[in-house]
Amino acid sequence: MPKLSLEEVEHIAQLARLNLSRAEKDMFRDQLSAILDYADMLNQLDTTGVPPAASALPLRNVMRRDQVRPSLPPQDALANAPDTEADQFRVRAILEQS
Amino acid sequence: MAELHWSTIQAAQAMLRRGEVSSVELTQALVERILAVDNDVRAYISLLPEEALAQAEAADRRRSAGDDTPVLGIPLAIKDVLCTQGVSTTCGSRILENFVPPYDATAVARLRAAGAVFLGKTNTDEFAMGSSTEYSAFFTTGNPWDLERVPGGSSGGSAAAVAAGETLGAFGTDTGGSIRQPAAMCGVVGLKPTYGRVSRYGLVAHGSSLDQIGPLTRSVEDAAILLGCIAGHDPLDSTSLDAPVPDYQREMKSGSGLKGMRVGVPQEYFAQGIEAGVETAVRAALDVLADLGAELVHISLPHTQYCIPIYYLIATAEASSNLARYDGVRYGLRVDTPTMWQSYYDTRQAGFGPEVKRRIMLGTYALSAGYYDAYYLKAGQARTLLRRDFERAWEEVDLIACPTSPSVAFKMGQKIDDPLQMYLTDVFTVSLNLVGMCGISIPCGFSDGMPVGLQFMGPALGESTILRAAYAYQQATDWHTRRPPL
Repeated sequence: MPKLSLEEVEHIAQLARLNLSRAEKDMFRDQLSAILDYADMLNQLDTTGVPPAASALPLRNVMRRDQVRPSLPPQDALANAPDTEADQFRVRAILEQS
Repeated sequence: MAELHWSTIQAAQAMLRRGEVSSVELTQALVERILAVDNDVRAYISLLPEEALAQAEAADRRRSAGDDTPVLGIPLAIKDVLCTQGVSTTCGSRILENFVPPYDATAVARLRAAGAVFLGKTNTDEFAMGSSTEYSAFFTTGNPWDLERVPGGSSGGSAAAVAAGETLGAFGTDTGGSIRQPAAMCGVVGLKPTYGRVSRYGLVAHGSSLDQIGPLTRSVEDAAILLGCIAGHDPLDSTSLDAPVPDYQREMKSGSGLKGMRVGVPQEYFAQGIEAGVETAVRAALDVLADLGAELVHISLPHTQYCIPIYYLIATAEASSNLARYDGVRYGLRVDTPTMWQSYYDTRQAGFGPEVKRRIMLGTYALSAGYYDAYYLKAGQARTLLRRDFERAWEEVDLIACPTSPSVAFKMGQKIDDPLQMYLTDVFTVSLNLVGMCGISIPCGFSDGMPVGLQFMGPALGESTILRAAYAYQQATDWHTRRPPL
């Protein structure tokens, strides 16, 4: 039995906004199950009271003054956009989700 | 005069300074070499011969005006995950196939300001996710030592270009070994700096707590030169370290080399499925270190076997979050549909290749409700245990020596259908990214006719130490001077 069901694969794909084909769903179910089985070796570790490392090295907050500084001109910031209008990114309607 | 395209950066620097060659002549020689061999090697995604020659002319003018920098007029290559203003930056992905960044990455900007010449952008696994360049959406790069084998990855294009004489040096990125592993497989030097040593600004994000930019070169000295050009604090990257940048070239040559250095040999790095020929070459290199006066100390890094699951849970979780930005709104591919909602799905489905989707799926799962504690949190705790392994090691030794990769370069297609086998090729490199420390891979012999890499690991900001050891090794050996039959 693979670790993941087809329904779980579909649920993850939906969270990740991927419109997977049936063949991809089957492939990922098998491959991700094998990888997660391998990752289960972490359960051998006693991590009681061990703090998780969120970063490679200790980090500190970095603050700066909230000042206006030079930034990309709008035409440069929009240059790679698939669609623009009046110095803005243009998208399809977003309120038609059923 | 020896063929210019095989020159080291250090030698080219000397020739430029003495006026024996111009940057235009040097750049011309590299462009000719690329035209002669890149149809076979396929190291470059995009070539910039005209721009490079214009930069070379500008560098020659700067030099005749009395200017000088370590890379003034030196031709270099850039992995195609680093933003280059006005030059396409694809990340080896269909989703960014037509992306032209409006700004330079900080590392690129520093090189540009220093007068470096950019020959082109090199091939990579899509979004630097892979160990062979086979996951590039465009093509697979060949290993210059055997074109039917992979060059390693993900910075395989940069490693192959350096090994094939198609550039004097290159830049790559290393999230889990993506500089060191291809350097080992192509027989060149590859250095992963300490996390934060080099600004990540303008590096297209993969795993943000792991990514670092570093050089690939034909000598340790060249790696020291290039690191010095890109290292240092950057206000645009809040994780960049505010520590002074030493003169690596000078520090590398100071002191008495390996004499008296305590070199840790971790038993776990000679156990896990290592090829016999790789072990033989690396053990012979350890003998050389001892001959040069190093004291070999047997050590243990007991959590080594957990590195691959820790890494692939954390790296994919970070990647799934970073790659959420590809929504077809501000840049990149958009598959147009009547509703925005559907456009997200169709754009990402069409734009991402199989390995990127696999990692987004794995990372999304590890972060999702109900599984976060079992996978992502558990991996984070195990990462702390791994860090403690290394902290204990630094109480005993100055640096660690081990293989870079358990195998030499494998045949194209050999691992492409088995992601877990592909992930296991990173077994000796991911640890350093997880603990944020520095490492370098240098050539130390051959197995089956293919190069073998020796890895030195150092503590945070220990670049001078690993460079000094690597330089001393190269002074006593000639593996780094071997050239592939191209």
